Amino acid sequence: MGITIEGVSKRFGEFQALHPTDLTIPTGSLVALLGPSGSGKSTLLRLIAGLEKPDTGRIFLTGRDATHASVQERNIGFVFQHYALFKHMTVRQNIAFGLEIRKASRAEIQARVDELLELVQLSGFGDRYPSQLSGGQRQRVALARALAVEPQVLLLDEPFGALDAKVRKELRKWLRRLHDEVHVTTVFVTHDQEEAMEVADQIVVMNQGRIEQVGSPAEIYDHPATPFVMSFIGPVNELSPRSQLSCQLPEVQTGPHQLFLRPHDVQIEVNPGSSGVSARVKEIIHLGREIQAELVLSDGGSLWAHLSREQYANQPLQVGQQVYVRPKVVKAFPVKKNDKKTEMTRVPVGA
Amino acid sequence: MLQALSQLSWPWRLTLGYLLLMLVLPLAALIAKSSTVGWAEFWRIATDPVALSAYEVTFVTALLAALVNGVMGTLTAWVLVRYAFPGKKLLEGLIDLPFALPTAVAGLTLATVYSSNGWVGSLLAPFGIRISFTRLGVGVAMLFISFPFVVRTVQPVLQELEKDVEEAAWSLGASRFQTFRRVVLPQILPAVLTGVALGFSRAVGEYGSVVIIASSIPFRDLIAAVLVIQRLEQHDYAGATVIGTVMLGISFLSLVVINLLQAWGSRHET
Repeated sequence: MGITIEGVSKRFGEFQALHPTDLTIPTGSLVALLGPSGSGKSTLLRLIAGLEKPDTGRIFLTGRDATHASVQERNIGFVFQHYALFKHMTVRQNIAFGLEIRKASRAEIQARVDELLELVQLSGFGDRYPSQLSGGQRQRVALARALAVEPQVLLLDEPFGALDAKVRKELRKWLRRLHDEVHVTTVFVTHDQEEAMEVADQIVVMNQGRIEQVGSPAEIYDHPATPFVMSFIGPVNELSPRSQLSCQLPEVQTGPHQLFLRPHDVQIEVNPGSSGVSARVKEIIHLGREIQAELVLSDGGSLWAHLSREQYANQPLQVGQQVYVRPKVVKAFPVKKNDKKTEMTRVPVGA
Repeated sequence: MLQALSQLSWPWRLTLGYLLLMLVLPLAALIAKSSTVGWAEFWRIATDPVALSAYEVTFVTALLAALVNGVMGTLTAWVLVRYAFPGKKLLEGLIDLPFALPTAVAGLTLATVYSSNGWVGSLLAPFGIRISFTRLGVGVAMLFISFPFVVRTVQPVLQELEKDVEEAAWSLGASRFQTFRRVVLPQILPAVLTGVALGFSRAVGEYGSVVIIASSIPFRDLIAAVLVIQRLEQHDYAGATVIGTVMLGISFLSLVVINLLQAWGSRHET
């Protein structure tokens, strides 16, 4: 087993950063801890690293109980959002740091640093200081430095958070490729669902100090376990149970539910004879890949719809136009009294 | 030359005028006055055994005091930045006290504590250690008045030092001591050196507190500043200016050396 966490919790003063949590991360996997700020994802990562001490529970790294081991003893690699490079050392010296601490021989260090410079595509940059590098280059140095000690676990805390959009995209792809080459168990923290989906094998969605769901990107998107996961991963419309769009659903008759409709699951017809709920187009926004329309239902509720470019070309809309709307798929989460936890049922509508 | 001067903007002219009046003219006057005695006489006064010993007492003791404060000031700054404790604000204020206190008052308080019947002095007396009226007393006075410099130069740099840089070192296996020596210290070293330089210059120029705690006997604890005053009291104006000029030269040289050290310490910053 790569990393096993049993009943680990952490409190900072009055703030319960992490409720008792269990999690297993298989050896060699690439896992994203995804959640909004304050969800406990960074705390969990720092607990695994040993940079924080858990209040309860136990942490196992590659099968060994590491709960009371210091950061130094855990043999992890840690990459920080703001690089945390040693400014007074050259790129070479930065990468060699962990090896020097481990008293590796001069020749060994030389060879390993050369190999890592090659791996992070910075071969000509060994003698530069961090201040002479771009943000993306600095983060690659940080990664090489962490990998130099051959850690059993690589931990990255918002590694692309400080970079601009283009560099971020490149580095994501690059991290994915790197992991395919190096195969070290890797956990990274992000608040960006697109980043998590693109890079990770497994996503751990966190909210308010708890794990909401663990699964592959497809599972998380197609079968969200909770209303939070549904609304955090991708855009959603939340429907009122009294809305014309949802009042005929069988679930609504059986008890209180939270209802969600993805914008791309909204079917729009312009033909007056169609059976949908009547609505008016309030605004049209071109998002590039797709077209977003804001619709106002005849009962006053508003709804976002996403149309592909093709759909839009076949059926152009105009602001103020009368249309008829049908939901393709509505996801319903029963609301239990005295319990926030809900289960999901999948409801195909009007098939 | 004058025409070029008239084209300068007024902040420039004001600054130049101020520097001329406050720095250049007095220094020029000192050198001019000391050179009226002639080279041979200048050399004789400057290398007089009493004067040589006074330079040595002044500069060596000031350097030692500045170095001790380099260590203690860094430690104090570390405690102030890294730890929260009751009375921290009070301590912050206390540290600046040597800046504000008239030096004669500082000498008086030090003499009270360190004289052979004072609180600390009486504890050391049975072991044959005397502080007041010895070179040790000169050192204590210099330690006192130069203490705030290192704390005040290092503190802001430590505050800005990101915690994650230390955490990165730990994650790579470095102990807390290794992290301090190899990661933290190199980054605060330029600030420590600046503090040591300022403290050293302040200690070299100190007069008020030393004259009270020391006996000012030649070859024992006579410092250069006190020697200058003694010469003036004997109406030996030329002698006083010659010793003053030598002090000026040595101070200037030490500052150049310290500046070079600082540049070396911050060579990785571009």
